[in-house]
Amino acid sequence: MSSPLIPSNTGSVLVKRGLADMLRGGVIMDVVNPEQATIAEESGAVAVMALERVPADIRRDGGVARMSDPLMIQQIQAAVTIPVMAKARIGHFAEAQILQALDVDYIDESEVLTPADEENHIDKWPFTVPFVCGATNLGEALRRIAEGACLIRSKGEAGTGNVVEAVRHLRTINSQMRRLRSADRSELYALAKELQAPLALVEEVAREGKLPVPLFCAGGISTPADAALVLQLGAEAVFVGSGIFKSDDPVRMARAIVEATTHFEDAGVVAKVSTGLGSAMKGFETATLEQRLAERGW
Amino acid sequence: MRRVGVLALQGDVREHVAVLAGIGIAADQVRTLAQLNDVDALILPGGESTTIAHLLVTSGLRVRLGERIREGLPVLGTCAGLILLSEEVLDGRADQWSYGALPVAVRRNGYGRQIASFESPLEVAGVGSLTGVFIRAPRVERWSADVEVLATLDHDGTGAHPVLVRVGPVWGASFHPELSGDGRVHRHFVDSI
Repeated sequence: MSSPLIPSNTGSVLVKRGLADMLRGGVIMDVVNPEQATIAEESGAVAVMALERVPADIRRDGGVARMSDPLMIQQIQAAVTIPVMAKARIGHFAEAQILQALDVDYIDESEVLTPADEENHIDKWPFTVPFVCGATNLGEALRRIAEGACLIRSKGEAGTGNVVEAVRHLRTINSQMRRLRSADRSELYALAKELQAPLALVEEVAREGKLPVPLFCAGGISTPADAALVLQLGAEAVFVGSGIFKSDDPVRMARAIVEATTHFEDAGVVAKVSTGLGSAMKGFETATLEQRLAERGW
Repeated sequence: MRRVGVLALQGDVREHVAVLAGIGIAADQVRTLAQLNDVDALILPGGESTTIAHLLVTSGLRVRLGERIREGLPVLGTCAGLILLSEEVLDGRADQWSYGALPVAVRRNGYGRQIASFESPLEVAGVGSLTGVFIRAPRVERWSADVEVLATLDHDGTGAHPVLVRVGPVWGASFHPELSGDGRVHRHFVDSI
């Protein structure tokens, strides 16, 4: 009955994708200090994303956005018991190595930061820590998975408080998956070419009807109704960036989005938690944006 | 036919439902009091224990689930589910509550953060050999003599800790039998109902 001491596998695909499975049905909240991290945890967040500025402020301030100061990440790790994620720049594998050395639980190779490489994303396979990456369509999602991403999120348009781009990305990914599902086997080669995605992953999606890793939604979610919308569109969890701590009452907004994410099919619950919430973040019309973050990454 | 539910507030509900389907059981997802009152056994899935605890309160299920467990409802908690069933939670949040249905003390993230998450072969009494998947897993640090230990693991050479325990109808696992792609632990639990 008792096991002898046997070497065990860390960083296996099952273990890395498994943490994403555990986050399903949850809300991952952007936080910039330990106080916000504590509020997020108390409000029912499944994880926090530690960063120096929320996307709305990055957008406002301009300049080069980089990995956060390790001290800030460590202070947030000390403040909460839930997983702590952090962002590295696209292609900046040295930032990712630092985040792994800091023992973060997930790395977001994120278009919200300024890209460090305009051709290559990070080769994520050698890392023990799992990665999440953004995608605007199925081909992009499968390219990230081929590079070792263990979780895909829609990019949306971060820091806008406008859910329209996230909806576009989710609908695009889902409709492209439906197309693969209904395709004849002999059509998959041309579809792989069209998607610019590896054939083996295209075949897997055609067979299973879903991505080989969980699909979450990010980018512009700022109300409980937004969360209910994207979950009904097939997202399995949500990242909320600026939407909580840029709202009138962050504690109530955080709790309301958590409840709406669980009870997304029960409009009565979503109505109840939406009542008297105060203003959501002001937000931007995405058509007038000068900088579209979703265009970063390839 | 007994109805098996999976608490579906947050976590890897889909994996449990899929494993149960694989052994011929159409599981109910439980989010409301009516659904909770309808099941004959319940699985508390993996996920974040602080989140699931929070949602048990906001969904109005906390008290009723406690009553049903005391009345003898068979429950299987995996990872976060084990934490929720334990008597004592070490390194949890100061205000972390649990049902106290298993007389064990568990340490949250007792095997380390995500980088330390691992797979390991296990020998499970009544089931046989399987691969245990441990993700930011709780470690059982103390357990009473009443606890039936179905599997142990000496992960770092500091001694064997239970990883699957049972007291009557209440079962708890540090690992994720729902991720190993094999329904034997679920079968064993369901057969005991």
